[in-house]
Amino acid sequence: MTPSRVAFAAILAKDLRSELRTLQSLPAMALFAVTTFIIFRFGLDRTSLSGSLASGVLWATLLFAAVLGINRLFVAEREEGGFDAIRLAPIDRSVLFAAKAAALIIYLAALELVAVPIFALFFLDSVAALGPLVSVLLLADLGLAVVGTLISSMAVNSRARDLLVPLVLLPLVVPLMIAASGATEPLLVVGGPGYHRFGTWLMVLGLYDLIFALVGWAVFDFLLED
Amino acid sequence: MLRGAGRRYGERAALRDVSLELEAGQTLVVFGPNGAGKTTLLRMLATLLRPHAGKVRVLGSELPDDGYAVRGRIGFLGHDALLYRELSGRENLRFHARLHGIAGEGAGARIERLLVAAGMDRRGDDRVADLSAGMRQRLAVCRCVLHEPELLLLDEPDSNLDAEGREAARELIGPGSGHSRVVVTHDPERFLPEADQVLRLGIGEVAAVS
Amino acid sequence: MYGKGLRPLSIATVVAFAVGFSLVFFYAPLEADQGFIQKIFYLHVPLASTALIGFIVGGIFAIAHLRTDNPKWDAYSYVAIHISVIFGVGVLITGAIWAKASWGHWWVWDEPTLVSFLIVFLLYCTYYPFRYAIEDRDRQARYASVFAVTAGAFVPLNFLAVRMAQSLVHPRVFATSEGGLPGSMLLTFLVCWAAVALLWVTLVKFELTAKSASGQLKRLRRALDAPGRAPSSRIAPEVS
Repeated sequence: MTPSRVAFAAILAKDLRSELRTLQSLPAMALFAVTTFIIFRFGLDRTSLSGSLASGVLWATLLFAAVLGINRLFVAEREEGGFDAIRLAPIDRSVLFAAKAAALIIYLAALELVAVPIFALFFLDSVAALGPLVSVLLLADLGLAVVGTLISSMAVNSRARDLLVPLVLLPLVVPLMIAASGATEPLLVVGGPGYHRFGTWLMVLGLYDLIFALVGWAVFDFLLED
Repeated sequence: MLRGAGRRYGERAALRDVSLELEAGQTLVVFGPNGAGKTTLLRMLATLLRPHAGKVRVLGSELPDDGYAVRGRIGFLGHDALLYRELSGRENLRFHARLHGIAGEGAGARIERLLVAAGMDRRGDDRVADLSAGMRQRLAVCRCVLHEPELLLLDEPDSNLDAEGREAARELIGPGSGHSRVVVTHDPERFLPEADQVLRLGIGEVAAVS
Repeated sequence: MYGKGLRPLSIATVVAFAVGFSLVFFYAPLEADQGFIQKIFYLHVPLASTALIGFIVGGIFAIAHLRTDNPKWDAYSYVAIHISVIFGVGVLITGAIWAKASWGHWWVWDEPTLVSFLIVFLLYCTYYPFRYAIEDRDRQARYASVFAVTAGAFVPLNFLAVRMAQSLVHPRVFATSEGGLPGSMLLTFLVCWAAVALLWVTLVKFELTAKSASGQLKRLRRALDAPGRAPSSRIAPEVS
């Protein structure tokens, strides 16, 4: 059997190379986020957001942008018989789960590198909150990536796959969103970032990530069987 | 290697009670009408499908439980070339090499040798999406022998290949190439001369063995 | 094969409900603040906890299905989730009635338990379109099991997160200081819970029996090569 880290690196590299060449997900996600911020700017008729409103706008936008990327995650595998290629290889199939989730985290991080500064530009008065926000973003990305990969891998083999991902994913990420906005809300208050229950929310995020990473790793083998 | 194997799709039995046995180095040709279950049989041997009935042993390992032990020793050539369209031929082969645990210098040399043998060395850096079906098939042939398998499972190996391509295929996956082979085809005349054993499938069932 | 034990179970359920209702109406004391309507608690909370446990049980059956590949576990999982979703509708309705009577609104958003339950309920509602979207039977069963396991892990996490997000308005009947429930209410509650749990088990058994019967009928038809009726449900697993 091929060692898992070799297989992991191979699949991740292949995915990143493919994405860089086709740019099918990243620009769409970034563009969507920026456009949504603009819509919020005019829809709410505000140039400054604070607290829960700011947190809500940020997370809702990031989530919907993420769904775009999640939808496309396994398309290459499905269309080009890629699942077969992975299944024929002497590897632990859960590695596919890990590699795809890692790729998704990278896409989400890239998205946030573009979207969050623009969000700050449009809506925030100070950038003091952005530092601690990074930790929230990272933990939330991890959870989103893990659950997104799991759902995407099932949806890709079904009909109406573009609908299935948002349908099933959204309820599943509610606790994630609650924790993420719970942590973000005090950070974005006008007058300086607050850390009310910050540690607790980060722990909830961490717990969510851990549980779903374990569940995903454990069941992924069954998903690839036939 | 197969005894009484069966496989159902919903209510329809795609394969029923198929039995066969193959010795090392031999070639088995499987043919039959469309829908007879030839591809299903091949995929079952490749560990891609689980048998719903009967016993399947490939290279000494019982499927499906011990499938993982066998995967590195089988080369599968199916309907899909299993190549990623956005990557080049070389990148695809390198990816498959890494998945099979072959890396570094040895892999690079092996890939080059295969590309030359298949006549694809000059087009090796073109995107797979830009290649014709025949060229993709040649790359697929390289892919399936890249990890030096003992057993080849070939579904219509000559499809889309021109004369030159068929020559290359003969060299890499033909009867003299040193592999045990199971060849599934619509065109038995073409492969009959190479066959040590023949299996004709009716609709999912064995019609004749020799 | 499944029908065995259905009759005694049904009888036990009816008896439990009869006892439960009598206790609710004649034995349990009237609560000072909320009055008579508080008695809906004896139906609402058992329904809710049974439904949630039912979802987790569905997840456990799903694990069994993935490990043994025996389709009967998939059927058990499907039916467990099915009945729990139906109970879930009951929870939301009784919850709304109670909310309206106690707080004057049919629904309150800053009410963690209700919101958590709604999210779980919505998630499990997606179980059906999810199954329907996957055509291959075996794959459908496998993916459904993965869904059930994931969703089962989700239930406790969800309650934790939502609880943390809110201040507590929902009457926390069991965790209030040292009091909890006075003995008479506790007894009534336990009997009602037992009745609801029995109802769950009876309904699950009933549905499995019905499926088993129609599954056998289909097999006989197939064996006789009789012209089939319209294709069976796409999503409900066959039970043999």
